[in-house]
Amino acid sequence: MNWLIAILQTILFVALSPLLAGWVKCCKCWLQNRKAPSIFQPYRDLLKLTYKQPVVSEQASWLFIKAPYVIFSATVLAATVVPLIAVDLPTSASADVIVMVGFFAFARFFLALAGLDIGTAFGGMGSSREMTISSLAEPAMLMAIFTLTMTASTTNLSLAIAHVLNEGLILRPSFVFALSALILVAVAETGRIPVDNPSTHLELTMIHEAMILEYSGRHLALIEWASQLKLMLYGVLIANIFFPWGIAQSFNPQDLAYGLMAIMAKLAVLAIVLAISETLVAKMRLFRVQEYLSFAYLLGLLGMLSHIILEASR
Amino acid sequence: MSSLNWMADFLSSVSAECEVVQAATTWQIDSQAWQRVAELAMKQQLRWVAGWAEHDQDQFLVNSCFEQQGRYLLLRTSIAVEHPELPSQATVYPAANRSERHSQDMFGIRFLGHPDNRRWTRHQAWIENSYPLRKDFPVQGTRVGITPPDMHYPFIKSHGAGVYEIPVGPIHAGIIEPGHFRFQAVGELILNLEERLGYVHKGIEKIAEGRNPESLARLAGRVSGDTTVGHCWAACRAMEQAAGVEIPVRATLIRGILAERERIANHIGDIGAICNDVAFVFAQMQMTRLRELWLRTNATVFGHRLLMDKIVPGGVACDVSEEFCTLIKKDIVELRTELAEIILALDLNSSLEDRLYTAGFLSEQTAAAFGTLGYVGRASGQDFDVRRDAPYPPYDQVDFKVAVETQGDIASRFWIRYKEIRVSLVLIEKFIEQLVDGALVTDWKTPPEGAEGLGIIEGWRGEIVSYIRFEADNKIARFYPRDPSQLNWPALEKLVLNNIVPDFPVCNKSLNGSYSGNDL
Repeated sequence: MNWLIAILQTILFVALSPLLAGWVKCCKCWLQNRKAPSIFQPYRDLLKLTYKQPVVSEQASWLFIKAPYVIFSATVLAATVVPLIAVDLPTSASADVIVMVGFFAFARFFLALAGLDIGTAFGGMGSSREMTISSLAEPAMLMAIFTLTMTASTTNLSLAIAHVLNEGLILRPSFVFALSALILVAVAETGRIPVDNPSTHLELTMIHEAMILEYSGRHLALIEWASQLKLMLYGVLIANIFFPWGIAQSFNPQDLAYGLMAIMAKLAVLAIVLAISETLVAKMRLFRVQEYLSFAYLLGLLGMLSHIILEASR
Repeated sequence: MSSLNWMADFLSSVSAECEVVQAATTWQIDSQAWQRVAELAMKQQLRWVAGWAEHDQDQFLVNSCFEQQGRYLLLRTSIAVEHPELPSQATVYPAANRSERHSQDMFGIRFLGHPDNRRWTRHQAWIENSYPLRKDFPVQGTRVGITPPDMHYPFIKSHGAGVYEIPVGPIHAGIIEPGHFRFQAVGELILNLEERLGYVHKGIEKIAEGRNPESLARLAGRVSGDTTVGHCWAACRAMEQAAGVEIPVRATLIRGILAERERIANHIGDIGAICNDVAFVFAQMQMTRLRELWLRTNATVFGHRLLMDKIVPGGVACDVSEEFCTLIKKDIVELRTELAEIILALDLNSSLEDRLYTAGFLSEQTAAAFGTLGYVGRASGQDFDVRRDAPYPPYDQVDFKVAVETQGDIASRFWIRYKEIRVSLVLIEKFIEQLVDGALVTDWKTPPEGAEGLGIIEGWRGEIVSYIRFEADNKIARFYPRDPSQLNWPALEKLVLNNIVPDFPVCNKSLNGSYSGNDL
């Protein structure tokens, strides 16, 4: 049963992620006084890409063709670790939150390699920028996560969320810091404004998009899907760790349905917040990103310190 | 030096034959003195305006135009077709660089001592040693099949640890014109940028030959689509000068309204586009909406969204009725309020401020050296506007302020545009106020053979210079339009230095040169 639920929620992750991307796009359009495309547009785009013929450069090695599969699989594996509608997942027990960060790093490693592989100037430029940013984002992310795991005394996400649930609503200064840090990191890691602009056509300003410029057809579909999945993953992490109420603690269908509704509502709200912030701010200068991520790291560190100083004694 | 005597001073320092031809004083000088005159002009701090050549039987007439305090000076020399050699003025005036390379590619004139004599307009589609603007070259061109790739253009190279090259374009991801940019960068810092334009060469100069005035005006309106009013007006002014045609007052006022409407539409679009390049999409959407409303009024009142072909030789091809005057005035009031609201929101946005201030700095010295025009020049302290400094009707009848800043960064170019919109709105109101009844077009007089005219007007990008010479039977012998972009593009290569690669798009947009107007 546990495994069934684990598989089911991974499928839900994969299936719902384009919907979240579509919803973010809708919100952004409305905020810009535009008519929005259908919320299902990302599905149509993915479908369209899958039956288009991928065009691959003659200079591309096997790595370029295999990379989308690796990236997509690694991101799906990361999704298995994160409780979406229910806690107490066997997958969370076998792979903890550090493994999840590892999966992200693994996917990024291949994405950066693929960007370098075809040898275009943009690919290399994008890879170099991505690595610069991730080298700063990963420690900040881990710092925020460690605050949580120290509170729950476990790196198992299911147990950690269950712990937060059982504790009830307690105002923890450490969580406020950790939440802020995680939000900042999430924006950077998922390539959103103000760090990167997912909808730009300006090659020279791109980070994530620059690496995947040469991709087309089903390869592009996989990479796009993986980044939509990543956006949802971060959304779920933020929603379920800090606002876990509503998540199913048992596996009866009613609780699960309730859990699904709860997470969708939470994600919808988060997406609105993301859309508002993306409408309000312009993109940062590239060299400002390090300050931004250092700040995220600092917040994570403050979270941990306040945990040790204020909360750990209790 | 007062505005009245600089020309006399200059004249005494170079002995030359002098005749006043319409807008500019023309001096015929000896080809050997070509470079020396430029040096003297530089000493007198004249601004280099434009340069072009012309094939006239067995000689090339080479022109170069200078300006100071609103007075224009045209230097002309002739060289034999057998020995097409001339000392280069680009050694003195960096602004003349690309113009001379254009003449070199088009006529086969060798400019001796030119600092950079690589081909410019010439791409691989042309056979070696064929020169399109010589009279023996067929108008329909020569078919050479598929254009071979331009693999061996000698770009400037740089070497060293960590230096890498980024080729961008000519085909870009956005819907913009084609142009190639070659960056050398260390990390993200731009060491050097080289532009390679010419991908939109349409042979405007060649296909202009032999046209009648109406047809040429239509062609001029297509030099650069966003400046259709500007180029059309400049060409018509040049033709009207050559033919000695006075245009009716009502027509000049309507021309003024058209030009200011074009300026406003483009500036609104640019402000939005600058914001979009730093991912501030909200501003772009709002500006696009305002521009669209503005263009729709164009369509209602004048019958064309971009006002194409509304200026014709001798007058205008459209009228503004009383009822439409009210509509235009109402529009202006609405635009003013809406714009003020949005601009305030942009002004208060600190993330936008962070991107626009200090980025893409163009110093006053560099701006002066390259003779940059329009909002690019005026953002870097180049206080020049043809409408004020060499006024032509209807601008000689109105008082207005020209916005000038010395900050020289993207923000400055952004704000200059906003200030210009506000001035233009007032100008349109004044023109409508002054609108008198009268004819829209005067009868055309066939100009004598060899009659020439120099139309100089302030387009929305800056000073447009249009040179026209007639041959017999009301036909055009030579048409040369100089878009302000030609002088602004080189400034881009300089203003991106010490910026980072991802800031290039917004630097480029703040300058917004026309590819089409540059390539001709």
